Amino acid sequence: MAFYRPARWQNAAVIVSLAMLIALPELLTALDQSYYTGFATRVLIFALAASSLNLVLGFGGMVSLGHAAFFGVGAYVAAICYDAGIHEGLLVLPLAALFAGLFALLVGAISLRTRGVYFIMITLAFAQMTYYLFVSARAWGGDDGMPIYERMRFAGFSLLADEALYYLALGVLALCMLLFARLAGARFGRTVQAIRDNETRMEALGYPVFRYRLVCFALGGAVAGLAGALLANLTGMASPNLLQWTQSGTLLVMVIVGGVGYLWGGLVGAVVLLLLEEFLLAWFEHWHIVLGLLLIGIVLFAPRGVAALFGKRHG
Amino acid sequence: MTQLVLEQALNGLQFGLMLFLLAAGLTLVFGIMDCINLAHGSLYMVGAYFVAAAAQAADSFWLGLGAGIAGTAVLGLLLELSLFRQLYRRDHLSQVLATFALILIANESVRLIWGPAPLLLNPPAALSGPVEIAGFFYPAYRLVIIGVGLVVAALLYLLVAKSRVGMWVRAGASNREMTEALGINVRGLFTAVFVFGAALCALAGGLLGPLLAVQVGMGESVLILAFVVIIIGGIGSIRGALVGALIVGTVDTLGRALLPTLLRATLPADAAATLGPALASILIYLLMAAILFFKPQGLFPARA
Amino acid sequence: MSIRLTALAAALMLAGSVHAADKIKVGFVSTLSGPGAGLGVDIRDGFNLGIQHLGGKLGGLPADVLVADDQQNPDIAKQASDKLLKRDKVDFMTGIVFSNIMLAVGPAVFQNQTFYISANAGPSQYAGEQCNPFFFNVAWQNDNLHEAVGKVVQDKGFKNVMIVTPNYPGGKDAVSGFKRFYKGKTEEMYTKLGQLDYAAELAQIRAAKPDALFFFLPGGMGINFVKQFVAAGLSRDTQLFAPGFSADEDVIKAVGDPMMGMFNSSHWAHDMDNAENKRFVADFQKAYGRLPSLYASQGYDAALMMDAAVRDVKGNVADKKALQKALEAKRFKSVRGDFKFNSNHYPIQNYYLRVIGKDAQGRVTNKTMGTIFTNHADAYAAQCKMK
Repeated sequence: MAFYRPARWQNAAVIVSLAMLIALPELLTALDQSYYTGFATRVLIFALAASSLNLVLGFGGMVSLGHAAFFGVGAYVAAICYDAGIHEGLLVLPLAALFAGLFALLVGAISLRTRGVYFIMITLAFAQMTYYLFVSARAWGGDDGMPIYERMRFAGFSLLADEALYYLALGVLALCMLLFARLAGARFGRTVQAIRDNETRMEALGYPVFRYRLVCFALGGAVAGLAGALLANLTGMASPNLLQWTQSGTLLVMVIVGGVGYLWGGLVGAVVLLLLEEFLLAWFEHWHIVLGLLLIGIVLFAPRGVAALFGKRHG
Repeated sequence: MTQLVLEQALNGLQFGLMLFLLAAGLTLVFGIMDCINLAHGSLYMVGAYFVAAAAQAADSFWLGLGAGIAGTAVLGLLLELSLFRQLYRRDHLSQVLATFALILIANESVRLIWGPAPLLLNPPAALSGPVEIAGFFYPAYRLVIIGVGLVVAALLYLLVAKSRVGMWVRAGASNREMTEALGINVRGLFTAVFVFGAALCALAGGLLGPLLAVQVGMGESVLILAFVVIIIGGIGSIRGALVGALIVGTVDTLGRALLPTLLRATLPADAAATLGPALASILIYLLMAAILFFKPQGLFPARA
Repeated sequence: MSIRLTALAAALMLAGSVHAADKIKVGFVSTLSGPGAGLGVDIRDGFNLGIQHLGGKLGGLPADVLVADDQQNPDIAKQASDKLLKRDKVDFMTGIVFSNIMLAVGPAVFQNQTFYISANAGPSQYAGEQCNPFFFNVAWQNDNLHEAVGKVVQDKGFKNVMIVTPNYPGGKDAVSGFKRFYKGKTEEMYTKLGQLDYAAELAQIRAAKPDALFFFLPGGMGINFVKQFVAAGLSRDTQLFAPGFSADEDVIKAVGDPMMGMFNSSHWAHDMDNAENKRFVADFQKAYGRLPSLYASQGYDAALMMDAAVRDVKGNVADKKALQKALEAKRFKSVRGDFKFNSNHYPIQNYYLRVIGKDAQGRVTNKTMGTIFTNHADAYAAQCKMK
């Protein structure tokens, strides 16, 4: 199953979607629904987080239930930066990615020595452990999380306006998706996918399987950290909720719904899920029951998710 | 001081035995059917709700407990026949996703039926007071929980180690294909194990209900602990589940109790109070990591 | 013709979107699930009863109450209030139970220049240095009820008191309030907000052997604590004291007889003898089938407060300065009797001693015993530099 073999119409679709996304805030303001710019930013951020999980899960074949830990670490780094007086996004974002990535490197170094079910449970345990760590640290807000009273600036531009943060998130997302697409076609990407498909063969061929997996895992963590930092600035706080294992589950659901292993899987999943959540919830308070049934349906009948309907299947 | 330690040790024992009830079902499902079940915590929650609702309706704790366990067993049966049967041959990711979906459905259904506020569940009036042991008073109800936990552990041991069904279970845990080849009704065995696990969840939920709160989402936090227990104890092993649960229970309780006292000597009161329990909970994960380093399959792995 | 109609329609639509106050929207964010749910539900029910008594109107204009559950989570509370402020453009906000959530939500509300009428959370931060013209508290400042208990415990001559409270801003306020009036030896034990199993803490209390125990554990936390306290046999040796929060209808209903004889402090009791209170208590029982708690009384008063203020400004809620003056004037009759607002928008009022016993109908409930403080103000008003 190839990660990214775009059909020609897909490239056109991407460009059109991008144009629509760029025009969105203006449209919302014209409709007097500027509140939804904030919501759209949230969707973009979760699209980024889900895509980073897709890198680890679909691309790398590692079922990690601890991805929320890196998401949350990024958010806390942003909050700690604010607290420490660092208000420049050009510093905050790379710092968030760096710390989240390093943490992912550490977690991966330990977890990737295990296999299958143990790997799933250990990543799960690590996420919970991170949660307890941050919750216990009074200096970092404990149960209540750490507030960010003023959004960071980016290259001198103020991000106080919802539109500004939206465009930053869009830019970051676009760059990361480009990175993933490039990675998929490059030697690194093809090796990682080959390892996902047949680990024994790659090992026999002499590839340092562990190292490739670790880099993939760490990269996914770093991008999740990036998303976390953006989210913290959007909501005005770093919340320990982001570190809970159930948050990992939500990201996982997004990836599955969107299509695990397809480049746009995370993005599509995040969009679909958050839109449904926002609009269906008002209509039917208990819509999670529907969502649950939908997911079970996907597992039983369409295990490759929505994006699979659009991707070409090779080999 | 010894009284304090003794009381805390009893608390740890009580907590550990309840964890064992949860872990026992989980480890068997895992070990024999190789199925990761994230919804195990939801069975615990639904069990507690059934017990609370039945206890209110029948105005009796014990009747409520019995009815709740029976109801959850039936629910487990329905789930196994309809969904889990399909999941056994799927990969782990599918199992994770499907059982996570079950958590969503369970939480929302409970909220739909009983509302978002917690349900009240009181222990039987006769047990809501203290009993005198070793010169101090200990809650009678917690002693009963310890008693029930020990009895169930003993029964499970007898069942698994000494009975024919237990032999099949152990065989299935160590080598499923061989067991099938020997002509044992593995399908029926699977169903029985799952239903039994669900019943144990309901027992734990019903017993802990009066001490904690019967509320939405109560299963998620305890699920992780159950996973830690079976990782430490070894997947598929009842003995491992018991040992693991007792270790986790005592470490967590004694840690929560003694660490603040130790820390209070050196840190201000509120810092000690937050650091203590948090450190104790991380202690369990560090313990798990350490055990896995030396024994990657856990303490008593069922698989050869 | 059709162009003129379209122009007219467009003009009307534009006029409609410029918020001409044809109704009053209230954003009600509260804890409606989890162990704290009982409190939020009571505030909501009290508030709704108030609206009902006002004919579904606030200040003569139809009232639209938008309710959201914060699940006792600051993050979710912020998201909910953001939506209410920015999408629904509410005129007032109210409902939050816990002070940590209040402190998380506050800044956005004040920045939006929307008035927050707190029916419960009264953090010391908003009473002193961080006081804000857009924040009003119709209930009390967090420390107050604890100060009253502190005075009672001091007067009763207890020497050695153990304090149990959750580790959050409300809990910290409880400790400072209690210690402001109780001058004896104390030991503090902080628990986790939302904690339900107190076995470890109770073992430590047993080992410490205090004469009295002062605890502040609102909602489900308190219910579990008292039940476990009694089950552990500690009630024989240690006298329990609490602010009204941990000794009101929700806890009494869950725990029952073991609570008899417990002293607690409050600014309101359901047996208070004034016309407004009698009507409130009677109608609350009729509507909801239970006796109201102090939380319900606060929700009710919040509704009355909004009504009086909107009436004063004749529906022109866009004039923030006038609305602020109207709110400060406090031109409504509260169910707890008379009180007025301090310069920091917190109440100056009496605090009473209540004890749990059996009433005329044989129900286990609170009885007012006497007055602890008269016209008592909070300790932080001097630090508030609000104009």
